[in-house]
Amino acid sequence: MANKLSLITKGLVKENPTFVLVLGMCPTLATTTSAVNGLEMGLATMFVLILSNIVISLIAPVVPDKVHIPAYIVVIATFVTLLQLLMQAFTPDVYATLGLFIPLIVVNCIVLGRAEAFASKNSVGDSALDGIGIGIGFTLTLTVIGIVREILGSGSIFGWKFIAGDGILAFVMAPGAFLVLGYLMVLFNKLAKK
Amino acid sequence: MEYFLIIISAIFVNNIVLAQFLGVCPFLGVSNKLSTATGMSGAVCFVITLATVVTYLINQYLLVPFGLDKFMQTIVFILVIAALVQTVEIVLKKISPSLYQALGIFLPLITTNCAVLGVAINVVTKEFSFGGGAAHMMGLGEATVYALATSLGYGLAMILFAGMREHLAANEVPKAFKGLPIAMITVGIMAMAFLGFSGIV
Repeated sequence: MANKLSLITKGLVKENPTFVLVLGMCPTLATTTSAVNGLEMGLATMFVLILSNIVISLIAPVVPDKVHIPAYIVVIATFVTLLQLLMQAFTPDVYATLGLFIPLIVVNCIVLGRAEAFASKNSVGDSALDGIGIGIGFTLTLTVIGIVREILGSGSIFGWKFIAGDGILAFVMAPGAFLVLGYLMVLFNKLAKK
Repeated sequence: MEYFLIIISAIFVNNIVLAQFLGVCPFLGVSNKLSTATGMSGAVCFVITLATVVTYLINQYLLVPFGLDKFMQTIVFILVIAALVQTVEIVLKKISPSLYQALGIFLPLITTNCAVLGVAINVVTKEFSFGGGAAHMMGLGEATVYALATSLGYGLAMILFAGMREHLAANEVPKAFKGLPIAMITVGIMAMAFLGFSGIV
């Protein structure tokens, strides 16, 4: 039981996809302009991660070794397309904000990385839990970066404004993304290595 | 004139790494040394331009006429890019072994570089406007120039950053900042410098 629980919690600190594995940098930087955007991107990635982990752990024993990467990519691309169509139908606003970065989940190294490193070698249940764990870690990290950028950049949290007027606009734009992530990495190193 | 605007806009104003956040993983991954950064830039340049032209044609003449572009685009594009990278590798090995030697290790990595898929998707789904002109879907000529210029921008950012990183490595930095954090902050400052170009096109 403790073993199963650790599958879920390891994504938070020990194998945090952003700060420790340093994977999936593009959506991390691009979509965290506000806390809500970060959260939505994290959930979208988690959806693909869990489903592709489950399917890949099922088909892994029968896929020939030579074509396993293309096969995994097709599975991932299928779920990404599914997600695209679902989002276009039910949450068109979110789809418009996240834009290009939804189809780009296909090339997010976290998803293929987990398929290759975990799902292809473990049982279906464990793979699903791994997807949930890493997904939660990714979502949480994106939300935290989003919160920091939103507070500094627009003076609000989750859309609730506590300072009238604009914040420091640079934090919503490109440079702020790199700076916030850089300093959060420093903080993470400082706290996690103690 | 319009092509000129596309080039300036894609290299400086909307730099693919520093403004659009595409291809950040390889950008951080192989920019430790100037020589590897140059090799990677060359390979990316080649693949982005080729992939954009091929996917553009496939989209225009295969997916759209059969009404498949809404739900097959992502799958078809990533497979085409993967196959293309593989083909380029084989052809290069035969035709120009020296170039293959130079780009060799970087080629397989490019399949998962989101800059390639990103540019290919952008070109066929988004409307662009340059220099105050009306927004419109790009034609093949514009798309090719845009892809080439974008990848040159990628190379520029990567080579500049690799030069800085070589100096960083020789300097003393606080322990918690070592490695990626200081690199990330450096990119942030670089992005701020590139922000100065906004508004010129």
